[in-house]
Amino acid sequence: MSINYSEKIPNNVDLASDRTLQRALERWQPEFINWWGDMGPEGSNSFDVYLRTAISVDPKGWAHFDYVRMPDYRWGIFLNPAEAERKVNFGAHKGEAAWQEVPGEYRSNLRRLIVTQGDTEPASVEQQRYLGLTCPSLYDLRNLFQVNVEEGRHLWAMVYLLHRYFGRDGREEGDALLERRSGDPDNPRILGAFNEKTPDWLSFYMFTYFTDRDGKFQLCALAESGFDPLARTCRFMLTEEAHHMFVGESGVGRVIQRTCEVMRQNKVEDPEQVRALGVIDLPTIQRYLNFHFSVTMDLFGADVSSNAATFYTTGLKGRYEETKLGDDHLLNSNTYPVLQVQGEKLVTVYEPELNALNERLRDDYIKDSIGGVERWNKIIDKQGIPFRLTVPHKAFNRRIGPLSESRINPLGEVVSDSEWQARQDEWLPSAADRAYVASLMGRVTTPGQFANWVAPPPRGINNQPVDFEYVRFN
Amino acid sequence: MAQVATTAETESKQFIDYQTHPDHYRHWQLAFDGPIATLKMDVNEDAGLKPGYKLKLNSYDLGVDIELYDALQRIRFEHPEVRSVVLTSSKDRIFCSGANIFMLGKSTHPWKVNFCKFTNETRNGIEDSSEYSGLKFIAACNGTTAGGGYELALACDHIILIDDRSSAVSLPEVPLLGVLPGTGGLTRVTDKRKVRHDLADIFCTLTEGVRADRAKQWRLIDESAKRHEFDEVVKQRALAMGASSNRPENAVGVEMTPLRRTIDEAGYHYEYVDVVISPSARTATLTVSAPQELPADDLDAILAAGMSWWPLQMARELDDAILMLRTNNLDVGTWILKTQGDASRVLAADASLLRHQDHWFVREVIGMLRRTLARLDVSSRTLFALIEPGSCFVGTLLELALAADRSYMLALAEGEAAEGEAEAPKIALSELNFGVYPMVNKLARITARFYGEEEPIAAAQAVIGQPLSPDAALELGLITMAPDDIDWDDEIRIAIEERASLSPDALTGLEANLRFGAQETMETRIFGRLSAWQNWIFIRPNAVGEAGALKVFGTGSKANFDWGRV
Repeated sequence: MSINYSEKIPNNVDLASDRTLQRALERWQPEFINWWGDMGPEGSNSFDVYLRTAISVDPKGWAHFDYVRMPDYRWGIFLNPAEAERKVNFGAHKGEAAWQEVPGEYRSNLRRLIVTQGDTEPASVEQQRYLGLTCPSLYDLRNLFQVNVEEGRHLWAMVYLLHRYFGRDGREEGDALLERRSGDPDNPRILGAFNEKTPDWLSFYMFTYFTDRDGKFQLCALAESGFDPLARTCRFMLTEEAHHMFVGESGVGRVIQRTCEVMRQNKVEDPEQVRALGVIDLPTIQRYLNFHFSVTMDLFGADVSSNAATFYTTGLKGRYEETKLGDDHLLNSNTYPVLQVQGEKLVTVYEPELNALNERLRDDYIKDSIGGVERWNKIIDKQGIPFRLTVPHKAFNRRIGPLSESRINPLGEVVSDSEWQARQDEWLPSAADRAYVASLMGRVTTPGQFANWVAPPPRGINNQPVDFEYVRFN
Repeated sequence: MAQVATTAETESKQFIDYQTHPDHYRHWQLAFDGPIATLKMDVNEDAGLKPGYKLKLNSYDLGVDIELYDALQRIRFEHPEVRSVVLTSSKDRIFCSGANIFMLGKSTHPWKVNFCKFTNETRNGIEDSSEYSGLKFIAACNGTTAGGGYELALACDHIILIDDRSSAVSLPEVPLLGVLPGTGGLTRVTDKRKVRHDLADIFCTLTEGVRADRAKQWRLIDESAKRHEFDEVVKQRALAMGASSNRPENAVGVEMTPLRRTIDEAGYHYEYVDVVISPSARTATLTVSAPQELPADDLDAILAAGMSWWPLQMARELDDAILMLRTNNLDVGTWILKTQGDASRVLAADASLLRHQDHWFVREVIGMLRRTLARLDVSSRTLFALIEPGSCFVGTLLELALAADRSYMLALAEGEAAEGEAEAPKIALSELNFGVYPMVNKLARITARFYGEEEPIAAAQAVIGQPLSPDAALELGLITMAPDDIDWDDEIRIAIEERASLSPDALTGLEANLRFGAQETMETRIFGRLSAWQNWIFIRPNAVGEAGALKVFGTGSKANFDWGRV
């Protein structure tokens, strides 16, 4: 059977003449479609969704909009255009030509990096699969689906690398990416945060703002890789990741906007009274923020990591904006501050910079994520409400690494276990908070209408009006 | 801590003790449920034996293994009702990641070698109890099982790996660290699990290891189970494997009371074992004493005596003495083995051991003796036995002389002893010298001594129970030399001084080559071939030079190899 590959699978990797890749994808693609059917957005297979499809990497091509049924979505394979004479820019191989094939010496670590990144993509689709049933608007439903298909495409991007560069082993890893399941006790996803539920839309917005931003920083670090195909793949993925964070930032912003409007109109501030008006009170939003921020902190891994050091020295994974940094790109001599609990206090200790690369990426992330929180505060300010959202201390509520052994409050103070137990509901969403947010979730599918707890966006997608029929249910 | 990963070797002069108790465990949880004992590895990362490393991800150091050894002993003696032992971990998604690499990187060569030897002996002990004691071991690998973690699983009878599409078994020592899976891993993969050599070649160079499906296919594991059914599968397997055990159902265990031991400048002192160290001569004199009175003989009395029953107490004391000397007295290169006391009481104890050998407790005592003597065989120290008047190298204690590199017996003419002078020493064989205490080559010391030749073995068998004079012992080939009383002092002094002057490395190699004869077993291959190669690699710059793989692991630096093949 001959398949028109470039039609079915948009790509810029010359799939039509690559028999290795064709063989691999012919087997994997049906498995992917089965997986999408089983684990993709619940009950959505017959919907026509106004989606963006990447059909090439030039600025016009990657934002092609049309109605499409998601199982027919054309998941493509795109690498950013090659940079001529690109070099390995850091580590022991600095100055050597970037690798166009996997160096045998680094096969195992590269595979591990790609599999770990790849595993998060289908995981988030699985985590979000029931959200469509409680969408606050067609606009949001469409954004959810857009995020979902793009996570699917990111999976494709990683599977492409596995299939193209890792032989039989890569094909098996590609299969395994479809066999693990978020939250499945038997076959869980690799990273803990990706086995948590995304139970409601506030969680979804928070997830796409905070957790997808981790994805951005991981992709940025991998985009510096000396393994050129990985670097180019990640660069292109970053263009899509930006949209996910937009969904998050604007989503949380619209929840805040709506809450503040209702508070101002009704002149109430007490959370109970705010809730009585059917919107999400600001302290609850703060607690959700605390939760998602802290869970995401853990995704950067142990504060002191020998793996991170190895990945850097061997040229596989760089720092955020590596090539813009003005040091020796070897990092053999400097130290970097890392937090430790000593006695009852959090203190700064200095670790070799190479071993502290996870911490450094975490710090870069924090700087970046604070920006959106400030923009949310402007929305609150505009409504004249005396409340500020803040990101918690980076040591708060950690589950991975040495800090996980202590109880640390959002201000970065070590507290006793009894204080933690007594006050954790002030800091993290309680069961009652979650139940309240869940009680607001209902399905709004009339074009232009929005659930009571969230404001409409200022404008629609791709210059379409806000009341555009973004999803047709057929 | 401004700087970590210093390259200086940290070998603090810290005294290592092998005695512990479950109340003091920091790394294991030991639980009992009817016929199943469960040993959960739960390594406290901040409780390493030495400073400078953290025991992350259920990685181990000697301290972790000392507790494992203690736990196994308690299962053997305190819990006769146990028929199967489940080794697993309390950590999520991680079974055990093997020996701690930072510990290895910081350790001196002798420390590494001694650590590996002890862990090897503990794993051999697991197999020993499976073979002789009716204890079946199940490795319930509930997550990543890497390096020494997989080697521990390999020592078990049955390996169950969780099938969660992530967890794998692996031996990543070669690609990750530039050393071998040297705690038996490489040998057990082939000799025990019969993994084809080409598949083993792939497996041992694969950092990420092999997940359940292929691990089963390649014989690396016996069985896999999904997470939700894992505990139940393990339990059923443990019950099924324990069903055929001949351990008793309603027996009461014997509590392992602490050893009574005094440590002072002179050495280590126990009730039946005394160690006197001469730092200047670099010798240790180990004297094993016969019981003061006839040891208990009927089963009730033996059980009532428990840990203080002479054969057991003596074995535990000797075992501890060997471990203490090996760990804490590296430069004491020559061990002089002596015995003293009434030989008839030793032979009486032998008769009791033989008569009740099918009883679970006596069987465990024999096992303790067997493993302790085997520990002596593989100790990298010169062993000279001195058979003097008043000694009791008979039966079980004759094994000490048979284990020695040389044995010297004082020749005094028969019946000539004047009043007040010592009688000529005698040795004697018992049934126990003919197969109850095999060496790691699975041969009795007598059999190995005579390379399995029938004639000398039959001649020795013919005189079981008879006191043998120096001449007779020499004639039978049971001793090395029999100097008379005029020569004795000089002969012995010179032999010991000369020995102590030779290269300790060459002696270790010489003794290990000569002690075990021609027959190879999995254990001899582990202690011989595997350990020798590992110990060679351990001193090569490619592993431990400034840019060696073991040294730079975890620092992010790349190993820098000398590519020349040797």
